[in-house]
Order: sequence, then C-alpha cells, then structure tokens
Amino acid sequence: MKRLVILGGGMAGTTVANKLRAAVPADQLHITVVDLDDTHMYQPGFVFVPFGMLRPSDTYNSRHSFIDDGIELVLCEIDRVDPQARAVHLNDGRSLPYDHLIVATGVQPRPDQTPGLVEALAAGGAQEFYSYDGSVRLAEALRRWRGGHVVVHISEMPIKCPVAPLEFAFLFDSWLRDKKARDRTRITYVTPLDGPFTKPVASRELSDALVERDIAVETDFAVERVDPGALVSYDGRAIDFDMLVTVPVNMGADWVARSGMGDEANLVECDQQTMKALHHDDVWVLGDAGTLKTSKAGSVAHFAIDVFVENYLAELAGREPEAAFDGHANCFVESGGGKAMLLDFNYDTEPLTGTFPFPVVGPMSLLKETRLNHLGKLAFRWIYWNLLLRGRPIPMIPIAMSMLGKKLEGEAAANRPVRKAAPAPAVPRATARTSAPAKPSRPLVSPAAKPSPVARAKPTASASATASSPAVRTTYPPDTRKGTDSKADPATVLDTPIIPKF
Amino acid sequence: MPTTRINGRPIDVNDEGFLTVPEQWDEELGAALADLVGQPMTEDHWQVIRFLRNDFGPRQETATLRRTMTVGGFPTRELFELFPGKPAKKMSYIAGLPKPKGCV
Repeated sequence: MKRLVILGGGMAGTTVANKLRAAVPADQLHITVVDLDDTHMYQPGFVFVPFGMLRPSDTYNSRHSFIDDGIELVLCEIDRVDPQARAVHLNDGRSLPYDHLIVATGVQPRPDQTPGLVEALAAGGAQEFYSYDGSVRLAEALRRWRGGHVVVHISEMPIKCPVAPLEFAFLFDSWLRDKKARDRTRITYVTPLDGPFTKPVASRELSDALVERDIAVETDFAVERVDPGALVSYDGRAIDFDMLVTVPVNMGADWVARSGMGDEANLVECDQQTMKALHHDDVWVLGDAGTLKTSKAGSVAHFAIDVFVENYLAELAGREPEAAFDGHANCFVESGGGKAMLLDFNYDTEPLTGTFPFPVVGPMSLLKETRLNHLGKLAFRWIYWNLLLRGRPIPMIPIAMSMLGKKLEGEAAANRPVRKAAPAPAVPRATARTSAPAKPSRPLVSPAAKPSPVARAKPTASASATASSPAVRTTYPPDTRKGTDSKADPATVLDTPIIPKF
Repeated sequence: MPTTRINGRPIDVNDEGFLTVPEQWDEELGAALADLVGQPMTEDHWQVIRFLRNDFGPRQETATLRRTMTVGGFPTRELFELFPGKPAKKMSYIAGLPKPKGCV
C-alpha cells in the first residue's frame, strides 16, 4: 500500500483527496490530509464581505465535513518536510512518512514583507480583504466611510486571484454609487505592473471599464514602504490616502522555507504540464503553492487536478503518465451593478473576446460585462461546495481551454498556437519504488499519535522563514560567449532598432 | 515579430524591442542595448546583468526584483539606484531577456 500525504486541506487538497479516494481502494492507497485547523475558507467570497454581498458566515465551513470517509485528516501545524527521508514533521512532534507527497498549502498574504504595513493595518489606515478577519474589518471600515481618497493597491506579483483587486475597485465604485456618495470619494488603482491588464486584448477591452468609473490608475509602482497616510515607491513617488486597501505580498507557507524546498517567495518549483516538483522525487504541487505560469486561481487548481489525477492513476497502474496541463484559467470578474466579466485563457492564449463555452450562443460573454456572467459568479459558491470540493465535474466547463467561441485577431489569428503533444515527462515509476511496510490504518482525525522517538532537528538559522533577506552575492566574471545572429531573411531586417520606452 | 539591426547584427525582437531569442545576446550586444536606452554601465551594473543571465538559464524565466534580492543578493533600493525608473524592465531589456511577466 502506498502512503499519500496531502499538505493543505483547502480547495486543491480537499478536491484531490476526494477524487483519489473515489478512484483508488483504501487498501491500495492510504490518504492523509494535513491542515492547521478545521475551518475551510471560501476565499472567493472575501471580496463580497466588505459590501454586505455575503455575510462573513457565508465564507467558511468545517473542513472535515468536505473530506470524504476513508481519508485521514490531521489537524496540526507543519514544522517541515524532509524530502530525502520522505517524512512530514508536525509541530506536535508527530512524523508522517510518505511515498508520495502533494503540496497544497497555497499562498498567504504577508503584510510583514512591506515596511510599515503591519502598523498601518493595526492602526486602521490600511485595510485588506485577503483574509477572513481583514474582510470583516474592511466591512466595518466601509460602514464608517464618509469620503476621501481610497487607494486600491497590489504590493507585488504574483498574488492569488489576480483580478480580485480590480473586482474590489469595481464593487466599491458601484457600492458608492448606490449610496449616492461616489462624488465624495476618489479612487486610485495602484499596480506594480505596467497596466491594470497586461495582455493586449484584455487591456483594450477593459481599460475603458476603469475610465468610465472615474478610477485613476498608477502603474509600475514598486512599493517600498507604507507611511501613515501615504504609499511610497522605490522611485520616490508618494501617494497620499485616507484609506489604503492593499493586497499584501503573497508567499508560500513558512514550512516550505524551513524545508529548503521553495524559491524566493516560498513557492515550490514545478513542471508546467505535470505539476511535479522539479527538485524533489515523488512530490507534486497543486493549487497556488507552485510556480505554474498562469493565474493562481481556483479554476486553475481544478483543471490542473484533473490532469494530475489522470497521470497519478496511470502511474499507480504502472502506465506512462501522458496528460499535460495547458495552464487553463477561467475567471469571473465582478464589475459592480449586478454584472461581471469572464476571462478564459491558458499558457499560449491570452484572454480574448467572444462567447463561452459555445460559439455564438454562449451563453457567457468573454471580456464583456453582462448580467449572466454575474449569475455565473454567484452560482460558483454553490458549485464550489457541492461539486468542486466533492471532485465532481463542473457542467459545461472543459478541462483544457477550448478555442470555441473565441475571436482571434490580427497576428494571433495568423499564428494560432498549436499545442504540441506533450513530451512524456520523465517521471519515476511509482511502482518501482520499494514501498514502506504497510502500517495499520489510522482513525479519521487522528488523536495525538505517538511522537517521533527521535528528537527532531530544529530548523537551522539559514532556513529563513521569510526568504526575504538578501543572499550573499556571487561575483560573476565577464561572459565571453558570442551570441547567434537572427536567421530572418536579411531583406526584412529593419535598420532602425526599436527602443522601448521606460 | 520584427528583426532589427543592433550593433551591426540582425536580432529578433518583439514589438516593444525586447529580444525574443536569448541566445542571440552577448555582452557586446548588452552594451549596445544599454546605450540605446541611455543607461550607463559600470561593473556594478554588469554584475546584476550577469546574475539575471545565469539565473535565467535553468529556469527560463526572468528573475523578479524579489528574486534578484533574495537569490542574487542585490537589495531592491540599490537596483533602483543603478537602473533608475523601472529597473525590472531596464535590466531585462539590457540582459536580452523577456520582461518579468504579469498576469491577465
């Protein structure tokens, strides 16, 4: 019997556990899910709480009631993982041995990464809605809001649900208009990117959405610190605010850093098509915790999990894993006034206009504000608890992104990306590994299991929990290698270089 | 995607002028790119560019400012002094790498 340990019982961890439990008999695969507590947060709901569109109590449920029978749930903080010894060490001294490990501990907002932000949040001048407590506090702050300058701000990319700050700006505008109080509030959207939407078609279609709402945009803003009442960038810009609504830096869990398994943001580097960890054997990363070059979003986790499960079952059965993830993301963006937009894209295809999921008849519209898209977003909460977490398919939404209904334009239409069959990833065969001796199965929600007899090594000082202190510099000698020339037809070469504007 | 002549060599670029084939880059071309955008280059500047090139190789992704700090050891404030304005974009342009990606 194989032992699979899933770290994180959020959307990704719960979904993959339930899917695998349904697919593999318990005597062949023992599944353990580890999380800190028994509260499963419905994170897409947080943006609605400040506006009273969802009650705080609508944003959570008990974790264990969504985890199927036959899956062990361990509630404890993770100290660290030892990928060589294949063991997860918990804070209470327990150790969980594994044959296969899934990292699904996501990313968390880290206000401590921006000087002055923790203090500003405590004082109330700054607010955030990426946590339950934050969204409840922000609801309270909005009830007391009488007007002034509100700055909606992204600290640093990547963040989970990258459209959420835009949604907040749109919903805030709409909420103020409903209260006939929009003229007393100025809204500025501040982003570290070079625009609110960075892909060309989305940018063209949606930039008006901000202009129409009289929301100013400040781009390329790399925040250095938050002063009382002002946001300050490294290049010396200062933006005064009466209320800052920020999305703090998002980082992976601290246990990732303590285990030496993460990059500079505590993300576990993984293969773009199989979600297999690049530097550790028999470890996969699902949900926001990895480095997929697509949005950190529930839809991405959902589609990626389907690909993972197909491959994992193939490996367990001794077959070659062949499924490849395409980076598919499908995101509803609430735009206020009972409307929403829909974005559908993947690694190769930027968000385009058109209809979804079917050509012409839709019924959803891509990159357009419609009431039906809004209903889709509202329906999503029901889908989340009743279909998604249960591992059931979502009606009408394909796993791989489809070009059906999408309008291609200009060069994109001419060079329509054709996805090559994915090369079979070099994945060690699960069956080739000598398995640990079978252990007696444990009860659900284990009580304090016996502590590890060996005292755990404490994390060393070099295993920084925040991964934000500068590394020691390497000195690089000049690189004397010569570059290759372009193979383009010499007749087409432009003599004047294109010089970017900075 | 256009091809333009830079420093006498045909080089593939995107519509913004960023190199699309990192292998076409060498340090001589990097110096020419810095010249084009009016960026003076000292040994300190070259250390950052060489870190970016070395880091890109295995990852095929341009380091963010956070990565340049935590992995490369270059404090963000220093990068803003070396490459004023928009360091992440300037650095990746001169290093012949894609600009750090955004989202949507």
